[in-house]
Amino acid sequence: MMYGIHWNLSSDWAFAASIIPILLRGLIVTVEATVLGFLIALALGLVFALLRMIPLRVINWPVAFIVEFLRDTPLLVQLYFLYFVLPNYGLVLPAFLTGAIALGLQYSAYTSEVYRAGLEAVPRGQWEASLALNMPALLVYRDVVVPQAIPRIIPALGNYLVSIIKDTPILSAVTVVEMLNLATIIGDRTFRYLVPLSEVGLLFLILTLISSWLVRVVERRLPNDGIPLR
Amino acid sequence: METLISLVPPLLRGARVTAELALVSTGVGAVMAFASGIGKLSGFWPVRILSVVYIEVFRGTSLLVQMFWLYYALPLLGVSLGATLAGILALGLNIGAYGAEVVRGAILAVPTGQYEASVALNFTKRYRLWNVVLPQALVEMMPPFGNLVVQNLKDTALVSLITLSDLTFRAQNLRNLTLDSVPIYSLTLVMYFVMALVLMAAMRMLERAIADRVGVTAARSRS
Repeated sequence: MMYGIHWNLSSDWAFAASIIPILLRGLIVTVEATVLGFLIALALGLVFALLRMIPLRVINWPVAFIVEFLRDTPLLVQLYFLYFVLPNYGLVLPAFLTGAIALGLQYSAYTSEVYRAGLEAVPRGQWEASLALNMPALLVYRDVVVPQAIPRIIPALGNYLVSIIKDTPILSAVTVVEMLNLATIIGDRTFRYLVPLSEVGLLFLILTLISSWLVRVVERRLPNDGIPLR
Repeated sequence: METLISLVPPLLRGARVTAELALVSTGVGAVMAFASGIGKLSGFWPVRILSVVYIEVFRGTSLLVQMFWLYYALPLLGVSLGATLAGILALGLNIGAYGAEVVRGAILAVPTGQYEASVALNFTKRYRLWNVVLPQALVEMMPPFGNLVVQNLKDTALVSLITLSDLTFRAQNLRNLTLDSVPIYSLTLVMYFVMALVLMAAMRMLERAIADRVGVTAARSRS
């Protein structure tokens, strides 16, 4: 029994059906961690991308190093680092929040590259034309560059959203009770791992198929010639 | 400083396990990537469907779920793999599914003129694939393969959760013994970073060697 829900051990199918409500609780945690982690990655990645564009080596070199370091080290170890080191400095966060921050940190390295590549993909002629028209820098970004970069950026960000979904089970390593964690707990108590683990795999498959389909729908609907910001 | 130095030998032993796992699973992944990437383009539909199902299942579900399934659930079906084999298989099958899309994309990117010329010269299908298409496609595959190899190295950290004593597992053990979280995890992160840098340099060298042999250079882009 979990969350007041009893499982039915009479047959594999009955067992599978009876634990669905339990796993769906975990699914909610999975989605929450994904959304929070993604929002952190979007914001922090933008900060990294902007800092790297500052033409001062004292700033953009360390930032480039941090981004590279975040990208090339495992999420699990970063998660342990945050989970066990932050309390030493008096910052005790709940496991879920630590997990979402770890997801956000790891993926901020990827999103910052997406922003950068998106801005760089805007044709040079656009920058030159803005310069020739004597537009102030702020207007160049707001009215010319960013609107054209957005359609290139959004599909790539969407793909990382799907990746984050698949990385959330790692949070179970620091006691976050998401889908995979629930499945192993059910397995520990019933000595039946096959059904809950297979079911979690299936739920992930459904989740990622739906979300990658949504990303493709959004991608197709984006206008190629840019999204005006005003 | 002294604690930092005393931490190095046990962590290095773990790093060796991590490096071995990364190498072997990358090998498994490469085989799977070529088999299913080419299989997805096969004219024989059962092969095509098998490849698509493999790619979608392993790309669509979480690596940790796959690993737990192979380690905890598969024995209940009568197949007991053991932690090492389960870890290697999960890592290799997972990265292989991602690699398959790279292989397929690179093959499709070979100019159609190359296919037409092969037909005009009356080459067999096998000769066309191995001696005309794949060498050129291989050059295009190398940059994304470089990213996947680093991805796979990072993914090896998950084997610590199925009891393999890799670098992450050793770090956890040391922390439980000494509670020196800061030096242990900092050192662990640095070790992973150095391994990733070495891998990236090696992949660049391999990429250049292949490009030299084939006489084509790849369009570089990183993401």
